[in-house]
Amino acid sequence: MRVYFDYNATTPLAPDVIAAISSVTRDVFGNASSVHHFGQQAKAAMDGARSAVATLIHADPSEIVFTSSGTEADNFAIRGAAEALEATGRRHLIASAIEHEAVLNTLKALGRRGWRTTLLPVDDTGVVSPERLRDTITDDTALVSVMHANNEIGTIQPIAALADVAHARGALIHTDAVQSTGKIPVDARTLGVDLLSLSAHKFNGPKGAGALWIKRGTRMQPILTGGKHERNRRAGTENVPAIAGLGVAAQLAAAKLAPEATRVGALRDRLEDAILRAVPGTAINGARGSRVPNTTNISFDRVEAESLLIALDLEGIAVSTGSACSSGTLEPSHVLRAMGLPTHRTQNSLRFSLGAYSTDEEVDRVIEVLPRLVEKLRGLTQKAAGARG
Amino acid sequence: MRIVVAMSGGVDSSVAAALLAEQGHDVIGLSMQLYDQSEGQTSFGSCCSIDDLHDARRVAAAINIPHYIMNFERQFEEQVVSNFVEEYAAGRTPLPCAHCNTDLKFATLAERAAALGADAVATGHYARVERDEANGRFHLRRGVDATKDQSYFLFSLTQSQLARAVFPVGDRPKDEVREFARQRKLPVADKADSQEICFIPDNDYRGFIERRLPEGDRGGLLVDQDGRVLGAHEGVHRFTVGQRKGLGLASVSGSPMYVLALRPSDQHVIVGPKSSLERTALDASGVNWVIEEPTGPIRARVQIRHRHPAAPATVQAIDSGRATVSFDAPQIAITPGQAVVFYEGDRVLGGGWID
Repeated sequence: MRVYFDYNATTPLAPDVIAAISSVTRDVFGNASSVHHFGQQAKAAMDGARSAVATLIHADPSEIVFTSSGTEADNFAIRGAAEALEATGRRHLIASAIEHEAVLNTLKALGRRGWRTTLLPVDDTGVVSPERLRDTITDDTALVSVMHANNEIGTIQPIAALADVAHARGALIHTDAVQSTGKIPVDARTLGVDLLSLSAHKFNGPKGAGALWIKRGTRMQPILTGGKHERNRRAGTENVPAIAGLGVAAQLAAAKLAPEATRVGALRDRLEDAILRAVPGTAINGARGSRVPNTTNISFDRVEAESLLIALDLEGIAVSTGSACSSGTLEPSHVLRAMGLPTHRTQNSLRFSLGAYSTDEEVDRVIEVLPRLVEKLRGLTQKAAGARG
Repeated sequence: MRIVVAMSGGVDSSVAAALLAEQGHDVIGLSMQLYDQSEGQTSFGSCCSIDDLHDARRVAAAINIPHYIMNFERQFEEQVVSNFVEEYAAGRTPLPCAHCNTDLKFATLAERAAALGADAVATGHYARVERDEANGRFHLRRGVDATKDQSYFLFSLTQSQLARAVFPVGDRPKDEVREFARQRKLPVADKADSQEICFIPDNDYRGFIERRLPEGDRGGLLVDQDGRVLGAHEGVHRFTVGQRKGLGLASVSGSPMYVLALRPSDQHVIVGPKSSLERTALDASGVNWVIEEPTGPIRARVQIRHRHPAAPATVQAIDSGRATVSFDAPQIAITPGQAVVFYEGDRVLGGGWID
């Protein structure tokens, strides 16, 4: 039996999504920009998807721009807004310290080109405070970017309150909602943001399809220049099958958001409670209350997360250490570090993220295997330490 | 048997993994990330760079074994790199690959392997390990390919490390290893062998050490054996015993001058003619005996550097991991910091570090 508890990395495709991708791939090969029948078919497939995504986040279809990924959506949001606002003289960007690399490294890149950048700290539960933003933001700030839910610990940020602070100083606000969309209700309007990124493969859609929601009236420069695709906002012939898949995934998510959140949340809670009970020296990282329902991040005293991850994989259980670096090894998590956790805890924490196809049997299997592996790893660590004196 | 293979992405460890997998073992590939790959440092040498980690992964996929990369940056820094820098600063010429084997691959990596339920750790070294059925002791022998033999770098493996060590390519010539890789269409079959020290960019070890050492005047004097000043230099770490090039002394004495010794205490580099490089004895510390520690003097063939013929000598063990070696004939350029390894035929009897 293989257990997949790494839904925050990516998710299996829903059968309906696979069917849509296959049929569009097979039957709808036209270029959505073409005038003729074939083009119209492709355009129709994209329009359907656009409406479905808009419905999922309570937005207008005309505000959705399809991208190749969540990363591209984040890049577009930050670089596109920065370039559009350059004329206003604002030269300052703010993001939280626990953002995804797509945001952090985009800020770094703009920093090398003369933008001033500030990273907002988080508290020990991984939450950004609106007061902190109020102290940091200036009249020079062009854009604030704070993720809706964190990929490693699942914490949900107070986006609406942060948006109020940003807007009060005339800045735009972007939220990377890649890890919340499809897991909890995401309403672009009530969040109060101007820009919102999402990605299909985090909610049973395909890889290679994402979207940026751009609130009507928001000034943006395209980052991909070329033809007049996506209302002149994102050039490049669209990946119609993947976009169709994103549409179906959005529909499926919208249809059962609340019951799925409850079901997955119950599985996650059962897993979490059982681990805390069965394995001594464990603790939850991040706020237990305000989290997406599928994620738990647990530290295991006196265990190298890297070894535990591999030992679990050899038992057929797939989990993660948070964010992987280029070679796939464990880096001390920048999220856990930003929360002020001691170094050893940033290196002994595992992320379990559940999803649409997670079952009670999978939870049982982890509870059966994990305590034994931890005990074994701890025994060997102690022996090695003893041998070295 | 579950065996963890330390996969560097080179042809030898790739073939080692493939051979074990074909023999039906439960093989797990582990690669060590040894330094920070995140900031695009592409100029590192030819072992364990990010491309090599990807090569290891491709090989693992080709032979259908699980493969993981473990982050050993901290351990590599502590066990290998800082020792390398300290040794040069102390006027010695270190051998980082030997430390990497004993203190990392067959220590930290082996511990991780044991934690994963592995019975043994395999590497792509050209060496052989055999169990002596008579007394249960493990022997370490040279690889059958004399031109590739790496037993010199493995002398300090203890009996318990040897008991769990597997060297699948040690009983094959390199040509055969490459041919095997080609036949199995391993993606690294024609990859060049690694030559340089893996963590030194562009093979510039002097620059590397200078970036690591605290600022300050490292310069000193070049003196002859009688203490006469012949010139100046920019730091003892830039020299190795036996070195002739780069002294800037070509015309001083008419005959070529060699580095005889490095003296970090007063930052002197002592130079002299080739004849003064000859020594008939050396002291070794950190001695590890692969055979049972001898109680009296033994005869052995003794090797003082990699790819160097072993010379007949008498070795005498003394207490606390020390030994003296007396060569039958004078040796040129016995270099502190290098390994001295005692052989009988192709068997490693033991070895230590030259003082």
